[in-house]
Amino acid sequence: MPEDQAGSTPGNGYKLRAEQLGVIFARDGNHIAALEGISLDIKDGEFICVVGPSGCGKSTLLNAMGGFLSPTTGSVTIDGQPVTGPDRRRILVFQERGVFPWLTVEGNIGFGLSELPRAEREQRIAHYVQLVRLQGFERAYPSDLSGGMRQRLQVARALAVNPDVLLLDEPFGALDSITRVIMRSELLRIWQTERRTIVFVTHDIDEAVQLADRVVVLSSRPARIQEILTIDIPHPRHISSPRYLELRDELLKQIGLAFEI
Amino acid sequence: MSDLKSPRAWERIFWPVAAALLLLCVWHYAVVLTATKVFPSPLNVEKAIAELIHKHLLWADIEDSLRRVAVGYIAAALVGIPIGLSLGWFPEAHQVVNPVLQLMRPISPIAWIPVAIVFFGVGDPAAIFLVFLASFFPIVVACAAGVASVPVLYRRAGRNLGLSNFALLRKIVFPAALPQILIGLRIALGVAWLVVVAGEMIAVDSGLGYLVIDSRNSGKRYDLVLAAMLMIGVIGLILDLAFRQLEKLKSVRWGFRHAA
Repeated sequence: MPEDQAGSTPGNGYKLRAEQLGVIFARDGNHIAALEGISLDIKDGEFICVVGPSGCGKSTLLNAMGGFLSPTTGSVTIDGQPVTGPDRRRILVFQERGVFPWLTVEGNIGFGLSELPRAEREQRIAHYVQLVRLQGFERAYPSDLSGGMRQRLQVARALAVNPDVLLLDEPFGALDSITRVIMRSELLRIWQTERRTIVFVTHDIDEAVQLADRVVVLSSRPARIQEILTIDIPHPRHISSPRYLELRDELLKQIGLAFEI
Repeated sequence: MSDLKSPRAWERIFWPVAAALLLLCVWHYAVVLTATKVFPSPLNVEKAIAELIHKHLLWADIEDSLRRVAVGYIAAALVGIPIGLSLGWFPEAHQVVNPVLQLMRPISPIAWIPVAIVFFGVGDPAAIFLVFLASFFPIVVACAAGVASVPVLYRRAGRNLGLSNFALLRKIVFPAALPQILIGLRIALGVAWLVVVAGEMIAVDSGLGYLVIDSRNSGKRYDLVLAAMLMIGVIGLILDLAFRQLEKLKSVRWGFRHAA
């Protein structure tokens, strides 16, 4: 159910902006800089992937964008409004265990919709059940679903509250590699129908090149933006095309990995 | 347990029954061989149960015991669940109360019997108070631990989807902690049943516990003692099995390993 909320965007055409974003954690009296000077402009409806060495602060960036932690310096704004706390307009999707095991598929998708009139709520649940292809599992509990189905459910629950921005924190990281490939094309299909702005953290280079409009490469801690790579291949992308391999190699080089094992 | 096959249906019934019969045989011949005059054989106990039923004593005692457990236990749940949930929800409060809680918890409810009698005199309220105390602590501790161990991801997802504090407690924290709360309630019910028998031996003059002690005191009727003990065991088992049915509810089943 795409709703055009871009009309409220003041002038600049960017959905989400991070300006000189810095996060410093205080732990045992030590100050650990997690993020430093992150400036990033994300257009409405853009698909951004964030990659970087493990532990570099990718999730921290996502949490700051979601309003789950307040930055030490700088700011995050969405539609020109500063992000000060969690909000339904931007939903964070976790790697696993994100769905509520005590609720059915329907209950999970309808979780954020309790203030809607019954008929509308049911209609919206049905819409998203169909979108993530969980028809026939409406009454099933998460424990009866496969890992891939659970992640689809989590995405459906996030989309159901009609957010502007989806923040995905390695959402397919716990899935087997075949399911992961299927989930990527599912997510692309959903993104193409619903056109939300997506920030997708991953540690999988191929995932980034297959999905993103732009890939943000973070350096090791404290994370700075090392490079922003535009993936100029239209969907559907052929993963053996020369341009794909070129961009993939470029990304590997950026992260500092060898091409031969 | 070395083979991977699960036992066949008839084996799952046959072997436990065989073990029980063997135990009864050992008991029977031990009584016969030692020619004891005091200790009853299984047959004597069976006759004693028949006698109790015939005199309509058993049902009255069972009813009294169950009533005391029901009142004390339900009161403990009504008071203990909100307190436990609050303690889990407010870690500061938990820090303040926890030392007292941990001090009170290992005190056997039986040690409270004199206190109960001072407070309430000999009678129903004293026994109910003991049941209340015995169930209260496991319930509080299970609720507090259950709430405290709700994965932070669930709370975050709830806040992200727009829940305020109270709604978060009601719609996320409580259902997420429910399996652990149920475990606490089940433990509490078991303890309550243990304690009511002990309490009835001293603080009242009816119930299965009183039946045990009265049968011994008035004429050393050990056949009645064992009959009462057997009933206590059977009823305790039924209570536990009945409670376990709750764990099969779909909305909590995820929290119990055996149903995975």
